[in-house]
Amino acid sequence: MTLNMGPQHPSTHGVLRVVLELDGETVIRAKPIIGYLHTGMEKQAEYKTYTQSIPQTDRMDYLAPLSNNLALCLAAEKLLGIEAPARAQAIRVLLTELTRISSHCVWLGTHALDIGAMTVFFYCFREREKVLSIYDMVCGARMTASYFRVGGLASDIPEGLLDKCQKFVDEMPAHVDEYEALLSRNPIWLARTEGVAPLSTAAALALGATGPTLRGSGVNWDLRKAQPYCGYDGYDFQVPVEKGCDAYARYKVRVAEMRQSTRIADQAIRRVRELSPGDYRLRDFKYVLPPKEEVKTSMEALIHHFKIVAHGFFPPVGEAYAAIEAPKGELGFYFVSDGTPRPWRMKVRSPSFVNLQTLPTMIEGRLVADVITAIGSLDIVLGEIDR
Amino acid sequence: MAPTPEAVEQRLRERFPDVAFRRQEGAAVRDHTVYLPADRLVEVCTFLRDDPGLDFAMLTWVGGVDWLPREPRFDVVYHLLSLSKNLRFVLKVSVADENPRVPTVSGVWPTANWHERETFDFYGIRFTGHPDLTRILLPDDWEGWPLRKDSPLGYQEVAFTHNTPNRSVPAPDLERLAPKKVTYRAH
Repeated sequence: MTLNMGPQHPSTHGVLRVVLELDGETVIRAKPIIGYLHTGMEKQAEYKTYTQSIPQTDRMDYLAPLSNNLALCLAAEKLLGIEAPARAQAIRVLLTELTRISSHCVWLGTHALDIGAMTVFFYCFREREKVLSIYDMVCGARMTASYFRVGGLASDIPEGLLDKCQKFVDEMPAHVDEYEALLSRNPIWLARTEGVAPLSTAAALALGATGPTLRGSGVNWDLRKAQPYCGYDGYDFQVPVEKGCDAYARYKVRVAEMRQSTRIADQAIRRVRELSPGDYRLRDFKYVLPPKEEVKTSMEALIHHFKIVAHGFFPPVGEAYAAIEAPKGELGFYFVSDGTPRPWRMKVRSPSFVNLQTLPTMIEGRLVADVITAIGSLDIVLGEIDR
Repeated sequence: MAPTPEAVEQRLRERFPDVAFRRQEGAAVRDHTVYLPADRLVEVCTFLRDDPGLDFAMLTWVGGVDWLPREPRFDVVYHLLSLSKNLRFVLKVSVADENPRVPTVSGVWPTANWHERETFDFYGIRFTGHPDLTRILLPDDWEGWPLRKDSPLGYQEVAFTHNTPNRSVPAPDLERLAPKKVTYRAH
């Protein structure tokens, strides 16, 4: 029998469609069909300046908007050969780690809900809401943050933000304990995830899986450690790796990552406090907007402001690819520049797109009910897959 | 000591003396990029993956670039990653406008399957030997290659059946759609 799962199925996390060829309840063959959310972001980017593409990226992985902003900014900075000031880097680290926690909260809540544990969902969304209110405080938007800019941040962080973040970071480990108390030794949870949706180390590498999907298959690979960006080499944290190669291993990895992220965020808060206040954007006005206060008082700043707003900045002719460890895996942006303010080509290497390719390997020869677990354990976001 | 991208290029030149490798020039080409002819691609990729001193176990992504009006028009970009050596390396293949074809590397890295489908979908570059070269993000009946530079960006009329001569949807099977007679069983 051929069964069409999705694209409107609630457990496909958006508009994923999987065509399943079944023998009774066993999946013989599975084929994911994607593209229902395709909006041509890569084409649109060729008609926008680099800065204008930042709001687009919020809509890719809409559970981790700041990670997407960061990847775009880092790629553009690599192309330009500039680097944001240390304090801006620390704020970026702080906010992207909170993003990772919030993204993992949504993943855990929905994954558990798919499998039948409803309570976890409410617990997780409670914490996610706190991160969203931090976004709200920072930039005025709960989800589409667009807060990072090439060369730094859109504006300085508001007063009281660090205290709010500190409160969240202090409380979070206890909440992760709550999630673990509900799930980690829960016999139903174990029965539904242990040994389910297996992905061997060799298959994970061959299929290009990254992020928790790869680390759940026993590969110690995290771009924050291996190829540090934003000064991650100055933070003390561990990379959780599990050898289980199943949905439970991926669960363990992500839960452990939430704990590590609170550690990193805690260190980042301390670092932001130590660094000189007000230093949130590079003062290289050929590429970066001058602060608004200066625009009102300085002629040069006004000219730079006008030039950058009217044309955008002019990068050198060349190309650059920069990748970050997003909550879902390696998220990279590739820019080809022809020297004009609009990229000749923007390519997004989205982790969900690549990770989803492992789905048939995980579910072929297994039960239909395990398909739901497999999709949940991959932590995909269709906005990012279809772009 | 981990090898540098320069050392990888050197190693390739020694191993394949008859292949015309060409380093991409340019101060702002931030990643070490090497062009090679399409017909030797699979051979070189297999070597890069299997050589224990290089060990490019992962293909991070594949993408296309349209250089209209340059000749040859397209580039296909391969970003490789060696986890054990913590090293990235970029290969590029140039493809002509007329009947663009590149051999598939999905036999070397299975992950190339979807990346190549995406590149086909966007640019119409055909990957010979690909197991399932179909559209991936766009609908199957889409006409044209949207990321080519001569493909328009919006402002056209949206294609519906009533304004596009050859576009049709199959007539619904009325018999199958007709409501079935349902008998309810009393509890």
